[in-house]
Formats: sequence, structure tokens, C-alpha cells
Amino acid sequence: MQFSSYSSPHTGHSENVTRVMAQVLLAMIPGIIAMTWYFGWGIVINILLASVAAVSAEAFVLKLRKRAITPVISDLSAVVTAVLFAVSIPPLLPWWLTVGGMLFAIIVVKQLYGGLGFNPFNPAMAAYVLLLVSYPSEMTHWLPPRELSTHSLDFLTTLGIIFGNDLQQGLSWDAITMATPLDEMRTQLDMGKMISEIRLSPLWGDYGGLGIEWVANWFLLGGLFLLWRRIITWHIPLSMIGAILIMATAWWLAEPEAHPFPAFHLFSGGVIVGAFFIATDPVTAVTTKKGQLIFGALIGVLVYSIRSWGGYPDAVAFAVLLMNMAAPTIGYYTQPRVYGEQEKKGGN
Amino acid sequence: MSATAPLRPGHFHGGIHMPDHKAESTALPVAAVSIPSRLILPLQQHIGAPAKAVVSVGEHVLKGQLIAAASGRVSAPIHAPTSGVITAIEDHLVPHSSGLSARCIIIDTDGRDEWANLPPPIDDFSTTDNAVLIERIRESGIVGLGGATFPSSIKMEARNNSIDTLIINAAECEPYISCDDMLMREQADQIVSGIRIIQHILGVKRCLIGIEDNKPEAIRSMSAAVAVASLHNTEVVSVPTLYPSGGERQLTLLLTGKEVPSHGIPANIGIVCQNVGTVYAIADAVLKGRPLISRIVTLTGEGVAKPQNIHALIGTSAGELIAQAGGYTDKANQLICGGPMMGFSMPTDEVPVTKGVNCLLIASEQDCPPPEPATACIRCGKCAEACPAQLLPQQLYWHSRSRNFDKAQDYHLFDCIECGCCSHVCPSHIQLVHYYRFAKTQIWSKEKEKSKADHARQRHEARVARLERIAAERKARMRKKKAVLKSKKGGDDSAKKAAIAAAVKRAAARKSASRAETESNQGATQ
Repeated sequence: MQFSSYSSPHTGHSENVTRVMAQVLLAMIPGIIAMTWYFGWGIVINILLASVAAVSAEAFVLKLRKRAITPVISDLSAVVTAVLFAVSIPPLLPWWLTVGGMLFAIIVVKQLYGGLGFNPFNPAMAAYVLLLVSYPSEMTHWLPPRELSTHSLDFLTTLGIIFGNDLQQGLSWDAITMATPLDEMRTQLDMGKMISEIRLSPLWGDYGGLGIEWVANWFLLGGLFLLWRRIITWHIPLSMIGAILIMATAWWLAEPEAHPFPAFHLFSGGVIVGAFFIATDPVTAVTTKKGQLIFGALIGVLVYSIRSWGGYPDAVAFAVLLMNMAAPTIGYYTQPRVYGEQEKKGGN
Repeated sequence: MSATAPLRPGHFHGGIHMPDHKAESTALPVAAVSIPSRLILPLQQHIGAPAKAVVSVGEHVLKGQLIAAASGRVSAPIHAPTSGVITAIEDHLVPHSSGLSARCIIIDTDGRDEWANLPPPIDDFSTTDNAVLIERIRESGIVGLGGATFPSSIKMEARNNSIDTLIINAAECEPYISCDDMLMREQADQIVSGIRIIQHILGVKRCLIGIEDNKPEAIRSMSAAVAVASLHNTEVVSVPTLYPSGGERQLTLLLTGKEVPSHGIPANIGIVCQNVGTVYAIADAVLKGRPLISRIVTLTGEGVAKPQNIHALIGTSAGELIAQAGGYTDKANQLICGGPMMGFSMPTDEVPVTKGVNCLLIASEQDCPPPEPATACIRCGKCAEACPAQLLPQQLYWHSRSRNFDKAQDYHLFDCIECGCCSHVCPSHIQLVHYYRFAKTQIWSKEKEKSKADHARQRHEARVARLERIAAERKARMRKKKAVLKSKKGGDDSAKKAAIAAAVKRAAARKSASRAETESNQGATQ
């Protein structure tokens, strides 16, 4: 009798990449629903648009590289990139910017480096930063949450704005868009106002921006799901959130009227999504546990520093990209002690 | 003292939980030996130098008779498992991951199962000299039966009484395998006798018997036997079921809280570790004089009709044992020697069971699915979380794959125990262990080449030195000769003259003498 021969172990595999990516997408659904509820159909349209663009771009490059297309496309990594990008951009961003961002993310940031697993930078964040520095005006056209919105935009209107860039009669960008809470906070503080004064604006919820704090809560739920499923470990989210919390608390305690309270920092902008979904991207993060603590903490420090003293209201994308650069070095110097290895004694 | 202790001084990093599949093969008692018509006995069934055949083709041998002698210290002899005739000493497929053939002694059995004269039993081992006991273990061909097959006698040799703990490895952590479990259920008393012998030889203070907690019968049976024998300072310790708790290094950490040094052995920290099957074989050798000629083998998997454990003669072919277990089912797809995590698949069932084969897994596609195509590593780090040696498997993979072997060694390639946890958890389905084996063999062959090259260079240098020496010597000789000649030339002018003068004188004398003779002759004739 003849048998097939393989290399051990023979147990098969307990997990696969597609399932990992699918669970990441699943974990984002509550946050996406919440975003759509507060900020309208633009979120859904952007997700679909970005996904189609990302997958098409990936298929195109794979064809050029003469690689099998289906196995790579079906790993869903391009879709994850697209969704992360889509929840980071303003809901009414013109379609060509969304598509352009995705082409850059997939073709330049991901595939030119060799595809999944070889890209040093998080593709979604790289695309976001490219657009933010190239099209600062379009990239800051944020909508107010539904409670504050004076013009509710239905699906077709939203579609029309994204694809035609035409605002209907009587609408102007100034009328329908609004500064984000982080932006507002920053502007007002720069004007010398005190936190208690700034907080009188209807823009604020219980601890973050109105609406946005709830979006963050739902993304947090998704993040906890990923932790529970062991898709991610606690190291990066905890150290990143912890670092922001420590810094925010310290400055807030020192000067409560000049620095927003810690919960505001956590539940505004991209901190929660960043901590659970973006900084934890395994390809571009540090892989050693000790290294992940350093990686996450430094992202947190950068986020708080740029928000407080830098040129941008939010900084998750910048912080993540900067730390992506440092990841290999951090990993190299934080290798775990191997079983049976003696502690190195002095010298050498 | 004898009760099972739930103590857990240490725990190892990583490891994986998976279905243990032990129940399939533990329903039936261990089947008795049946004698096959032919036995195939590889000369190398152990780590170290292959044994040397001491019988010739056509010779009739008896059960237990030495047929191949150990060659060197790290080697083990081989005995005839039953009586019969040596029909060939030739290359035959052996159970080895390479799938290659090696030299084997083939015995056609005669069915009489006639014993040879065995060495006498040593009943009173406690008054016997250690050297005698160790020699008995050595000459009985006992090697580590957990799969490592390291000659057991070497572990017993005196180390200036530095050993304080004996660990009996009865964890049997690989799924499907149950031969140690069944041995403990059925032969606990003899195992305890074996422990006594080893304790006596090593003079250890304590003994820890580590059994995974998925084997309650074995734990009960061993605890009872330890209690009956009132063995001092011997504990049966139930360890959590977590692969690879039966790895020597992992079990040592579990039981003692101490780590075996990297590149070291347990003896470095005062520990000797023996597999429970080996302990049984040692008792056989010392108390009965029987060499290692049989062992318990687990036959399991969906591909065999009646999964069970069989007491098999060493050298029985896998096919014979499978037939004994009811033959194949339709699902048989893969034949694995050992367990699913570290075993190697064999192309045919003509391979013999050797001392190190604890299990034949006749796997269906459900048991062991064929490997799926690998995709790119996403650096998720699952492998590092699972690695019981605390390595960074994905870095090792990266460097092994790019043939960056120095870097792979920097990342402690040789601390990898090839347990397979990293491959099992890899979402990209990369056969990680395969890459590490590749890197290790490449490094070994490079080292071999290097040592060969070093040897050649040394020889070359020696030759150059020799030639230079010879040339120098010849020069020196010539110089000496010249000097002698020169000194002769320079110092003997007067001597020469004297010699010439003497010669002239001699010539003159001869001349005058001959003239005188001529004159006298002339005078006579006139």
C-alpha cells in the first residue's frame, strides 16, 4: 500500500488568514452602524467604494506580477484596508479622492513592497495621511452628528454629493459641515477660552464629542470582540490607551481648565479605532510582546503630543506611521528570553 | 508522599490544546506478541554510531541472542527478538524522516521462539555494584523509548553524585499515542521496580512521575503501585494536558520549576529524565536478564479497523501490525510513525517497528488533512505565542527561508525542539518546522564541509611544512657535506705531500726491488 508523505506536524491548521480578516471586519460592524446612524449614508458609500477600488487595484497588480489572483483577493486584507480607510475619511469626500487613496494604499504602500506581510507601513493610514496633507480642505469636511444636523442628507443626495460634488441649491459646505470636536477644542483653546466655557457648546456629549463618543464605544465593543477571539492581544491597545490616559491625566490635573479631561482624549477622534484596529495591524506592528508595549505606548505619547502641541487636531495616523518605522528596531531589541537561556552577565 | 500531587512549580510558555484522541486506542487491552514470519532489524535504532552485525547470513539465532554489537560509547547493541535464521544483511526502508533505506539484519523466524542463554537476573540490585547494573543496561540494548532513542546507560553513569532528581516522563502529550498510558495501567508494578533500580544507581533524593491529567487510570494505577512499594520521596504528579508537556525541557520546568540550560542537558541541573517505557525495559533487563526485543506500539487513527496497543517484537513490519489490528479501513490515507505533531509519514507499510517507534497512526484525511497551500506570513505572532521554547518562529522562518543561516542561529534556531506548535497555529499555513529542519541540516552540512575543509587545510599546511622541512634538511646535509669536503681540502696539504712522498717512495722501492729481481734472474740464465 502506498501512502502520501508530508512534513510534520500533520494536524492541519487551526486558523486561516481569511477567517482572521473576516473577524476583523465583523468586529467593525457595530462601529460602522453607529457611524452611519450619526453621520449618514456617506460612511456606507465610502466603504463600498473603497472596497471595490482596493480589490480592483490588488487584482490589477497581481495580474501585472503574474500571480494567482483569487487566493490573494480572498484573504480579505484589501477589504480590511478599505474599511479602515473609509471610516477615517469624511463621509462626503469626493469619490476620486477615495479611489485615489485606495490606489495609493494598495498599489504603492502594499503591493510595491511585495504584498500582504511585506509592507512596512499601514496602507490605510498612509493613504489617509497622503490625502490629509494633499487635500486638507476636502479632508476636513466633517459632518455634524444627526442631533445637530440641520440638513439631513438622504442616500441619493449623499451619492450625488460624493460622485457629482454638487451641492443642491441652498446648501453650502459651510452650512452642512462642521468642525470635529477635537478641532473645535483646539481652536477654542487657542483662542484662550477655558474648558468649562468650551464645554457649553452643544457639540459635546457626556465625555467626548456628541455622537462620536458613541461611535467610539461601539468600536470598543468590536475591539473587545477581537481580544476575546484572540485575533489581537491586549498589549498594543492597553499600552496605547494607557499612555494617552496617563499623559492626559497628568496635564489635566495640573491645569484642568487648559487641558481636556482624559476621557475626552480617549473617546474623540481615532484613538479607539486606532488602538484596537489600526495599531494592532500585525504586519506593520512589533511582534514581540515587550516590544508591543513600547510600540503602543509610544503611539499614545505621539498622539497626545501632536494633539496638544503639534499642527494637527488628531494624530493617530501620523503616530502609527512613525512607529511603523520604528517597529523592526523595537522588535530586534525586545526579543524574549529563550527557554534555558542564561541571563547575560555583564560585559559584551 | 505517594498520592498524586497537584503541585505545579513551573509552567512553560505557549503550548497548544487540541483533541487528544486517546480514547480510540485505549478501549482494548494491550494485545500479546505475535511472531511475524520475517523481522527487519536496522543496525541504527538509536542516536549514535550504528551497531555492528556479529552474525552472518545463514546463521541460526536464538531469541535474545546478540546479533549486532554496540560500536563505541554512544551506541546500542541489537538482539534477536525471536529464534530464526539470518537470511540477509542488506539495505531496507527504515522508519526515518528521510524516507531512506539503511542496513538491516533480516531474520526469517522459525516460530519456535527459543530463548538463548540469558544473563542471570540480578534480583538483589541494591547490593550490586553500579557498574554491573549499568553494564547490564548497556548490553541489553536499552535506549530512550519515548522516541529520542538515546542509549539509556549513558544517562546512568556517575556524575559525582550531582543528580538529585529523577523525572519519569509519562506525560505522553502527543495526540493519539497511548502506549505509555496502557503500560502504566497494566504494568505499574514493574515500572516501580524499574524506578527503584534507577534511584539506586543514581542515588537520587527524589523522584517525580509526570503524567498528563487526561490519563486518570494511569495516574491511579501508578499512585497505587508507588504506595504499595512504599517508595520514598516519589510522587506521581498530574500535569495539565497541554502539548508539548512531555518534551523533556517542558516537563522538567513543569515539575521542578527549573529550566534546562540552552545547549545543555537536564544533568546540568541535577536531573535525569527517563521515559516510563524505558524504565520498564530497564527492570526487564536487570530483574529478568531480558534484552530489549519488544515494545508496546499504539495503532490508531481512522485508517485502521481496530485501534489498539500491541506488544510488538522489534523488527515487525508496520503492515503486519496493522493486519493484527484488523487491517486498513477505506479511510486510510497516511501512515505516520509517531504522533501527528512530530511523527513522520512513511510511503509504505513495509517499514519495521524499531525501538523508537511508539505509534503507527494510520490517518484518514479527517485525522490529518493534507497541507493547504501556504500564503504570505502576516506576522501575527501566533507562532511566538505558541512556542514552548519562547522563540520567535516567524523570524526563524524569515531567515531560514532567505538562507540567512547565521541570523537564524542568532534567533536560537538550535533551541527549536520541532514540536510543531507554530505550524499548527499558523493562519498562513506555512510549514514552519520544515523550514527549521532545512536550515538545521544546511548548517550541519556546512559545518561538516567546513570541518572537512579545515582538515584538508591542515593536511595541506602539514604537507607544506613537511616539504619545507625536507628541503631544509637536505640543504643542511649539503652544507655539512660541503663543509666536510672543504675542511678536508684546506687542512691536508702537508698530508697530501706526505702521501705523495710515501707513494713515490713506495714506487721507488717497488722499482728497485723488481730491478734487483730481474738482475738476479738474468745472472742465473747467463
